[in-house]
Amino acid sequence: MGISIKVPGLIKGLGVTFKTLVRTLTKGSHTVQYPRVKEAPTLRARGVIALHEENCTACMLCARECPDWCIYIEGHKYKAPPRRPGGKPRQKNALDRFDIDFALCMYCGICVEVCPFEALFWSPEFEFSEPKLADLLHDKDQLSKWMETVPEFEEYEDGSEAKQLKVPR
Amino acid sequence: MTVFNLAIELAYWQQTVIRSILGLVAVLLPAGTLVYLYLFKMMSFMQSRLGPMEAGPYGSLQLLAEVGKFLQKEDLFPRAADRVVFKAAPFVVLASTFLLVLVLPAGPDAWFINIDTGVFLALAVSSISVIGILMAGWGSASKYSLIGGLRAAGQLVAYELPLVLAVMGVVIQAGTLNVQEIVLAQANGEIFGWGGIGNPFLITQFLGFVIFLIAIQAELTQPPFDMPVAESEIVTGYLTEYTGMRFLLFFIGEFATAGIFSALAATFFLGGWYLPGLDPTSNLFNLIGPLVLVGKMLLVSFLIFWFRFTYPRFREDQLQQLAWKVLVPLSLVNIVATGVLKVAF
Amino acid sequence: MNTEASAQQLSYIENQASDARVNIELETEGMTLNLGPQHPATHGTLRIIVRLDGEQVVSAEPVMGYMHRGYEKLTEVRTYPQVTTLVNRIDWLGSFANEVPFILAAERLMEVEAPARAQWIRTALFELSRIANVVLFLGDMAVQLGATTPVFYAFRDREFVLNQIESVTGGRFHPNFDRIGGVKDDLPKGWIQETKDVLVRINSFCEEMEDLVVGNEIFQTRTRGIGIIPADTGLAYGLSGANIRSSGVDWDLRRDGGVGLIHDQLDWKVWTHPDGDSFARYWVRLQEVRESCKMVGQILDGIPSGPIMAKVPRIIKVPPGEAYVETENPLGIMGYYIISKGDLVPYRVKIRSASFNNVSITPWVLKGVYVPDVISILASLYFILGDIDR
Repeated sequence: MGISIKVPGLIKGLGVTFKTLVRTLTKGSHTVQYPRVKEAPTLRARGVIALHEENCTACMLCARECPDWCIYIEGHKYKAPPRRPGGKPRQKNALDRFDIDFALCMYCGICVEVCPFEALFWSPEFEFSEPKLADLLHDKDQLSKWMETVPEFEEYEDGSEAKQLKVPR
Repeated sequence: MTVFNLAIELAYWQQTVIRSILGLVAVLLPAGTLVYLYLFKMMSFMQSRLGPMEAGPYGSLQLLAEVGKFLQKEDLFPRAADRVVFKAAPFVVLASTFLLVLVLPAGPDAWFINIDTGVFLALAVSSISVIGILMAGWGSASKYSLIGGLRAAGQLVAYELPLVLAVMGVVIQAGTLNVQEIVLAQANGEIFGWGGIGNPFLITQFLGFVIFLIAIQAELTQPPFDMPVAESEIVTGYLTEYTGMRFLLFFIGEFATAGIFSALAATFFLGGWYLPGLDPTSNLFNLIGPLVLVGKMLLVSFLIFWFRFTYPRFREDQLQQLAWKVLVPLSLVNIVATGVLKVAF
Repeated sequence: MNTEASAQQLSYIENQASDARVNIELETEGMTLNLGPQHPATHGTLRIIVRLDGEQVVSAEPVMGYMHRGYEKLTEVRTYPQVTTLVNRIDWLGSFANEVPFILAAERLMEVEAPARAQWIRTALFELSRIANVVLFLGDMAVQLGATTPVFYAFRDREFVLNQIESVTGGRFHPNFDRIGGVKDDLPKGWIQETKDVLVRINSFCEEMEDLVVGNEIFQTRTRGIGIIPADTGLAYGLSGANIRSSGVDWDLRRDGGVGLIHDQLDWKVWTHPDGDSFARYWVRLQEVRESCKMVGQILDGIPSGPIMAKVPRIIKVPPGEAYVETENPLGIMGYYIISKGDLVPYRVKIRSASFNNVSITPWVLKGVYVPDVISILASLYFILGDIDR
């Protein structure tokens, strides 16, 4: 290789910035000109919570475990017709109101995790800002609409023993 | 301005109007170009981002948008501030900038003034801005501003000396204090008998050029010499209490001075408006001379801003040590060597 | 403390003393300056009342508490999963690392141990959060000293690490991923290879920082010999983490503590520096980032297969008792002391945060330095306000 001259640190620093300048000019910058170009977040990103209404039994576990108490649930019991003729009528829960206030929500995911009936799912949608704060209270219909944006669960890495779950559609 | 080889003879007031407009352009054009090209775009590209892109194509009108923004702001000043001093400070700084642009020639016949002591005038008026900065620092009635102003006083006075002494080498080599004559000396000179590109003083006065660049960096309070405006310590120092239009005046003044100092460096060391290969007395140079000067100014200010965005800042006493213990002796050595070699050759 | 550090320190003190003698002769009046609470240099709302004599500091006093959020009171009325969510926000740059000692203390009380795969994933995310945190420090200290470009490189390369954390946990800044008994979910397919590419990027970032900042003569003049903290003084004030390792003390809880992370199964070394000045603190953290990259690479190569969660009841009630666990977090040593009375909620949680002790040394170390050095020292001590005030 021959002689190596010790380049003073000042010059090396100039070299680094110049290299970045050339790289930005030729290959483009690392930034993305949002909102003209949008980068998709990862599939597991915690953007917004979606509700699959058929699975929900108004058990109130999510409302109880929420650290901010931002889930409002109201339900009523009704008697469903018996399964076989001559049997007892069954008592079932019906969901009247299921609201999540996304202005309060911490996006922690405890409600999604705690639900025993797999009725809540994460969706990576994050562009739902509103001009009025009250519009951030998403009601049952809006939460069901978010279900369309919920991606399928990813496959796990090799060596994992976790069960591959499916999103009910 | 001499008669510009035009067919029409202009009255004195017409000449004054044209000169005033040209003077304004000569100050604002470097400021605007430098702010857009280097502050907005080059700094961003060095930081892997694109800079302003929304205002105008590729963000070219961002400075206009900023001017509009500053014009809309409330004219605040602290209650304890000395009103006259506070309000006058930006104008003092700008006055020195406008006076400095007078001595720059942009062509064999395109100059504002052509006096035999052009270099002396340039160096003298460049120190008026020190008073402006001190006025800003004291008149703001804030401890941060006071610290910034005092640091600026020490630093700017200290770096005046290397600035002046570096230019002395050029003056000795050219043999005159007249700026136009310095350009012509570079244009007509020869390097060891070869007159191909004239004799830009960069080659023989390389040490002077480096010292001049460092001194400019310090005079403009740019990093690595921006102790007076150290943002992470004293929140822009003497500029802390200035908002709105007054801040914009300081801002424009800083970049205009950067441009004009770079143009001065280009004139003293790189040959000013001269392009090698053409006759320096031809009328063509009156047209392309300004463009050539702007191009060279952009080259020199690229260096200044490249240093600005790469290096951290010196501490105040390290700054002073660099000026007094390193730069002044080096520039004295440069002067002695130039004098000896000038007599010898 | 070896002789070179003490000679440096002596000469520095002599310089300050001679300046002070001149000041006494000139009879200048002192000026009280408030650095903060709104100031670009303090990482948040820290207020330092500084008495100046010219440009020299006569005395400095930090005033904390502008960001107190009442964490320890909040934990008395939150269940354990809810506390895990809250605790992310104490040190918000290396947020997974805040959950780990809390979960380990709760696991110790429940006498449950996470399975091997969960421990390896936990350690990988722990080290990734250390990389994310310290990479920002490397850029941030440069910007406190005036170099505007390194901090952009730091943010740019930190994005890749945050993307990797998001792919696993769902949250870039607040992962909320650790659970009593294991971790919440398993790694998605392709994560291991992507993370290895990110580690290559972080290594090239460290090379850039060496060229741009560490080798820069101006940076060295600003930081060498500034803010020398001798080892015994640092230990007396409770400094921890890279701050004490750069004063020559060879102490790292990842190697010397006995907690549920798997650092003892990896091949790594502890970096120390004998000088104890600001440059040493920067240099030690730079080497620690490289070491963390090596560790994460080893972890990714050797993750065992298996379950990620031990057998834990759905609703967690921790049996009564007390437990204290501390770990080597990116900022220093963080510890949680949990007292449980057998409820769903803890009875009392005391949080020992690293930055609170790191900032307590400022009155001692700032005496007699110049104002620019104040910024250099504060930047090198590296505290985060959420960690000081909780």
